[in-house]
Amino acid sequence: MSGLVRIGIDVGGTNTDAALLRGRDVVATIKTATTADVTAGVASAIRAVLEGSGIGAAQVSAVMIGTTHFLNAVVEGRHLRRVGILRLCGRATHAVPPMIDWPEHLRSIVDGGAALASGGVNFDGSSIARLDTDEIRAACRKWRAAGIEAVAISSVFALVDARMEIEAARIVADAMPDASISLSHRIGRTGLLARESATILNASLHVLGQETVGAFRAAFAGLGLFCPLYLTQNDGTLMGADYAERHPVFTIASGPTNSMRGAAFLTGLNDAAVIDVGGTTTDVGMLVAGFPRVRSEGAEIGGIRTNFRVPDVFSFGLGGGSLIEVSPLAIGPHSVGFRLAEMALCFGGDTLTATDIAVAAGLVALGDPARVRHLDGAFVNAAIKRMKTDVEAVLDRMKPSAEPIPAVLVGGGSVLLEGQLQGTSVSLRPDHFGSANAIGAAIAQVSGEVDRVVSLEGTTRVAALEQIVNDARARAVEAGAVEATVTLAELEETPLSYLPGNAIRIAAKVVGELAA
Amino acid sequence: MTYWTLTESDLDRIAIGVGILGTGGGGSPYQQMLMAKAMLRRGKRIRMIRPADLPPDAQIIGLGGIGAPTVGIEKMEEGGEGVRVLRAIEAHTGRKVDAVLGDEVGGGNGIYPMVTAAELDLPVVDADGMGRAFPEVQMTSFFVYGQASQPAALSDAEGNTLVITNAATPETLERIMRAATVAMGCTACMTTAPMTGDFVRRFGVVHTTSQAWTLGDAVLGARAAKQDPIAAVLREADGSLLMQGKVTDIERRIAGGFVRGSLTVTGLDADAGRCIKVDIQNEYLVATEGDRRLVMVPDLICIVDAETGRPIGTEEQRYGLRVAVIAIPAPPLLRTPEALRAMGPRAFGYDFDFIPFGRSAEARAVAAYTRASGTPSTPLIHSGELP
Repeated sequence: MSGLVRIGIDVGGTNTDAALLRGRDVVATIKTATTADVTAGVASAIRAVLEGSGIGAAQVSAVMIGTTHFLNAVVEGRHLRRVGILRLCGRATHAVPPMIDWPEHLRSIVDGGAALASGGVNFDGSSIARLDTDEIRAACRKWRAAGIEAVAISSVFALVDARMEIEAARIVADAMPDASISLSHRIGRTGLLARESATILNASLHVLGQETVGAFRAAFAGLGLFCPLYLTQNDGTLMGADYAERHPVFTIASGPTNSMRGAAFLTGLNDAAVIDVGGTTTDVGMLVAGFPRVRSEGAEIGGIRTNFRVPDVFSFGLGGGSLIEVSPLAIGPHSVGFRLAEMALCFGGDTLTATDIAVAAGLVALGDPARVRHLDGAFVNAAIKRMKTDVEAVLDRMKPSAEPIPAVLVGGGSVLLEGQLQGTSVSLRPDHFGSANAIGAAIAQVSGEVDRVVSLEGTTRVAALEQIVNDARARAVEAGAVEATVTLAELEETPLSYLPGNAIRIAAKVVGELAA
Repeated sequence: MTYWTLTESDLDRIAIGVGILGTGGGGSPYQQMLMAKAMLRRGKRIRMIRPADLPPDAQIIGLGGIGAPTVGIEKMEEGGEGVRVLRAIEAHTGRKVDAVLGDEVGGGNGIYPMVTAAELDLPVVDADGMGRAFPEVQMTSFFVYGQASQPAALSDAEGNTLVITNAATPETLERIMRAATVAMGCTACMTTAPMTGDFVRRFGVVHTTSQAWTLGDAVLGARAAKQDPIAAVLREADGSLLMQGKVTDIERRIAGGFVRGSLTVTGLDADAGRCIKVDIQNEYLVATEGDRRLVMVPDLICIVDAETGRPIGTEEQRYGLRVAVIAIPAPPLLRTPEALRAMGPRAFGYDFDFIPFGRSAEARAVAAYTRASGTPSTPLIHSGELP
């Protein structure tokens, strides 16, 4: 990425951060308040960061956006469309119907009727039942009559053999030419119910995906930007706007990942704890080989279980806006949030916040220090110490072992934490710590992932591994990576228990640099 | 005779409880819980019955899942597997099945038989053969006390059904069942030989679904009241808190199809300075402090999240988790010399004998059984021979 100009943007609940990088140099960063109209907020952040850096729009080679927009849509149950659900399963799986574990308020919005149809394969690729064109067409007629415009297709062991999903998509597209179709083998991992739920969510977000990406494109044209647009996805890597439009569900957990990747970039540390202190919450996660450690169980999105791999982050209520109670001393979890600049003592308000404590202790120069001078010195020290020990306790439960490890402090609220944290070899707060999330978006790479159960009958383990890594590479290149830069990031091999040793589950992930 | 008819909220409680009784293994009960809820939403009912209410000549079979968990979450159940197994056993024996149970209360199999029972409107016996989870099918009180090893039956989601009428040895039976399961796509429903009501009353580990419900109710109740779920569990389980602490070391490897290893919990707060090591083979087997063995199989070692009471399986253990290590004495039936030969320390390769922990007692049935149901009770035995 030598010399290329990139803009990274992170749209959070409170702030929208933007960073402009030339090659590996951070040229400018800015922080603006997130607006109800996400696109307008992004446009004004881009305008501000361009002005701040003195670089013209024509020189920008790529813009990367991390957004919670789609996550909020699910959490709030807004902008979701009804979805027709096609499960290819033959007789199997009927005991666990689609959406059975969805919260009722989301199910009633999204459920457009499910068809459990002939199809699906076993772990060894043998078919459970043949695809039945007439059956699928009949389901499509029902959905069309009900005005459904999105269909989610999932097949048993689609990750072993995706051909039935692809063939079913062709039949659906034929019967419902305007429908948006989501296929489970491109969305989730092994585990039918969770993968199907993620596929349904994706289908449900399709209109919002088109509208949002379309609005971003329009805003770009207005700014004179004609470079490619990317969105960051759950694992912190990028997807092109065209792909993002069809896969909005992949953006849903990208926030913490961007901060952690930014922390790695700003410090050069690949193995470290990252402590991201925002306005309301603190997220503590672990960097392993430059990427966030992922949770063993999948992500829950708005109460819906999926099997997306998301960063293993511990969040708790400590941030710059946290409310402080004096007697007895209590910090958070409630926060003044985005109203810090009007409610905090140091800004002329009448609410004692964590930021006021930091100002009184001289950790940061903000607002009017005279307005916090009345705070008792011993009390301020006790509060500073408490915040530090709270973070240290969480840090200890997140660490991989008792060994001291480096810690990176990022986020605007990280000024609350003073000195070296216990259990760390060093505690760093790099330059641009307040914009690590936007920087993480700007430097994001492109990935390809494959998760498949394979039978080793008639093949060897080495050949099976190679095939899966190659498939992952092809996906990375499809997503925009330069082939020569693609390297293996993760390879997970799980022998299936209770089996005579002829089946394994292999999950591979590769990452590469974005094509210029 | 009264039944305990389950609601969805009962299933939420039982799912937590069977997780705790899973002693680290047994598999996640999540999918089975969803299946049972799906039956209730279809208007079916799940009725539990106490072993003491079983007529002596009632015919009972155990139902459970067999296969690879990774396959089970992809090619999920059709729902009729247990029905086919049950019908196949009936056809073979010429005798109607009156009730079902699970051989293993710990983990998903603690809920598994409820789905078939709901479909056929048969009662589920509030008893199992383990009172916990064990790694091998034959580690049940039923088997210890003389359950025949045949006939056995298997059925898969596609309707393939197999009855094994005779196997030379229990090991051969196991081999045949595993091979058949692989041919069935690696996930199936199984049963072993039918038992009489009298046999289950004498040799079943009683009221273990009640126990699971009570544990889950304690956890959910304490959470709702913002009280300590650990204290609530201890009150209800006749259990003892061995220690509260954090996991400071974990060592795991896959060997012979099992997860083996050990984990170390270091005491915090009141337990500061203490350190307990727990051996693992799929489940938590033996807890040691220094050179003193505190608890060992078949007594239960349960590890739960210190804050929420959520059971933590051996596979999700890692450094830094705040946990409570709880011991629950195994019921008397599992502590006899013949039971200990099958499920005591030596059965797991240790060279020492079982030393009991705490006072062994049978679990109590939930109060729901004794509430007047309003409807006249129906006789359990509908017929003897099949028509």
